[in-house]
Amino acid sequence: MSERPMLEIKHLKKYFHTPAGELHAVDDVTLSIERGHTLGVVGESGCGKTTLGRTVLRLTEPTSGEIIFNGENILDYKKDKMKHLRKQMQLIFQDPYASLDPRLSVAEIIKEPMLVNKMYSRKEADERARELMDTVGLARRFVNAYPHELDGGRRQRIGVARALATDPEFIVCDEPVSALDVSIQAQILNLMMDLQEERKLAYMFITHDMSVVRHISDEIAVMYLGQCVELAEKEELFNNPRHPYTKALLAAIPVIDITARDREPELLKGEVSSPVNPVNYCRFYTRCRYACEKCREHEYELKQVSENHYSACVLEQTGEIGNE
Amino acid sequence: MNDTVLKINDLHAEYRTDEGTSSVINGINLSLEKGETLGLVGETGAGKTTTALSVMRLMPKKTGFITGGTIEFEEEGNLLEKSEAEMRAIRGHRISMIFQDPMTSLNPVIRVGDQIKESFKIHFPDLTGDEMDKKVDDMLEMVGIPASRKNEYPHQFSGGMKQRVVIAMALSCEPELLIADEPTTALDVTIQAQVLHMMRELKRNLGTSMILITHDLGIVSQNCEKVAVMYAGTILESGTAEEIFGQTQHHPYTTGLFGSIPDMNKPTDRLSPIDGLMPDPLNLPEGCVFNPRCPHCMDICRTEAPKNKILDGSHMICCHLFDDRNPNKEEAENE
Repeated sequence: MSERPMLEIKHLKKYFHTPAGELHAVDDVTLSIERGHTLGVVGESGCGKTTLGRTVLRLTEPTSGEIIFNGENILDYKKDKMKHLRKQMQLIFQDPYASLDPRLSVAEIIKEPMLVNKMYSRKEADERARELMDTVGLARRFVNAYPHELDGGRRQRIGVARALATDPEFIVCDEPVSALDVSIQAQILNLMMDLQEERKLAYMFITHDMSVVRHISDEIAVMYLGQCVELAEKEELFNNPRHPYTKALLAAIPVIDITARDREPELLKGEVSSPVNPVNYCRFYTRCRYACEKCREHEYELKQVSENHYSACVLEQTGEIGNE
Repeated sequence: MNDTVLKINDLHAEYRTDEGTSSVINGINLSLEKGETLGLVGETGAGKTTTALSVMRLMPKKTGFITGGTIEFEEEGNLLEKSEAEMRAIRGHRISMIFQDPMTSLNPVIRVGDQIKESFKIHFPDLTGDEMDKKVDDMLEMVGIPASRKNEYPHQFSGGMKQRVVIAMALSCEPELLIADEPTTALDVTIQAQVLHMMRELKRNLGTSMILITHDLGIVSQNCEKVAVMYAGTILESGTAEEIFGQTQHHPYTTGLFGSIPDMNKPTDRLSPIDGLMPDPLNLPEGCVFNPRCPHCMDICRTEAPKNKILDGSHMICCHLFDDRNPNKEEAENE
């Protein structure tokens, strides 16, 4: 596409100081998202997915790097300008039970961002809140209900309506369906995809569920210990995973296929190591079945391995592990 | 092969609250043979955990009541007629349970080794201290934790390790029946794969029968011989894993569950979820419990509860569509 992507993230880093040392939550991540597209971000807990989402919105200040939104580096923005920009960038949270103010009614929750940003008068905002409830499929009779009266699926619909209230172009969705039952999860995923189509929204969709990410994304970034280890177009990633971690992650998913029962998956040994003062070579080294001396000699770099496909595995880049 | 370990007959249970009585289990039948794994699938509020708690006789005392039915366990007979003291001898020894959340099911101020040792102290008081220590070491090694870590506290372990400790505790007395309530829901996929693999191995080696409660159909298809689909306190469909995952005839709810999950193998544009929500257990619909959400709802579904219909083998569906009286039966079966 010749058009410049809506959002570009360049060499983004976020380190936290801890008593044990420097915690590399997000370490040198470079990504981009086009208008109307969805970038799926997957990885295990503690890999920095949520920190990445929050840093992109400047809810936590990055340590270094650039975030270019519609051609401008938003890290240069002062507070007022940033507040103005926030209308275009919204967030949907993971836990629909914890992310809604229990003392505000549904209408008040949805109106709040419009009033805070002085976009509408109270009366207009009232009307718009009702329209948004229709949009996300919440019956208008809930307009004065409080979050505790509603179930998880409806609460998450409020979260979606609130995110849409300021007419954003870009929404970070942080595990929006992982707290929901499958039948409700499917309803919310359908809703989000319909809204994307109608409003040309761009999503950064953070999740640990590989089947959900395959369903909703156009491109997928796989994260491991703060780094993006593989980035590819969705089908390409699933059909032809290149990084050993991605392969292991895909193999670990229990598929609904009775014929696959006796096939014992290749198990990953051990657990994610600590992101505090990590090694400067491949961080997957300790768990990787292909690990060899060569892996320790190279620093992290995400390199193109084929069209629209990037991998950080040194052996993959030099063609030492073939495609099985 | 007729070694029935557990047989639940027409079990009814309810919670009595200030707002009224909520019927959480409405006449379920289950049976489990030796060495088998039964997958109990369903969404939040389907009554899966209550079923497990009924078998363990661990329903909350003042609010939870078992109102009918029997639970036969091996030669012990009906568990519902046991005294609390008799149950205590069975719990943890012959039937044990793994709870969903490993973070909250361990005592944070007791060393993990001592928590495992607790069940030996209760069920095998004749063992000497050294023998118990040896057994604790063996259990930890069996679940893949170095025995040297037995003096650590739960917070020093990661989520996956804690769940392994919980599993070690549950298996320490080599129970005949293990009830695992969402054992891997709180874990990452790679760790989940490790834990499930370990549970399969242990089951193979110890010959334990297992009830695996989960909402993940993938886990069920990879680990269970038998499957029961639960909804609003009723079993809507049950059978062997081959019958549930292989056959084409299903209860509309099962079809809906499958439609809600994005397929890993082929891209789909749109999911076909089940409309609406779980019914309020305080106020269950008349007739079939699934009728308000069912795309094939007929008049009879709103008035009369469907009967269990055996299709072939052990495949059971509880739905009017498959009733002999349904004039559109052929159509339903060919769908």
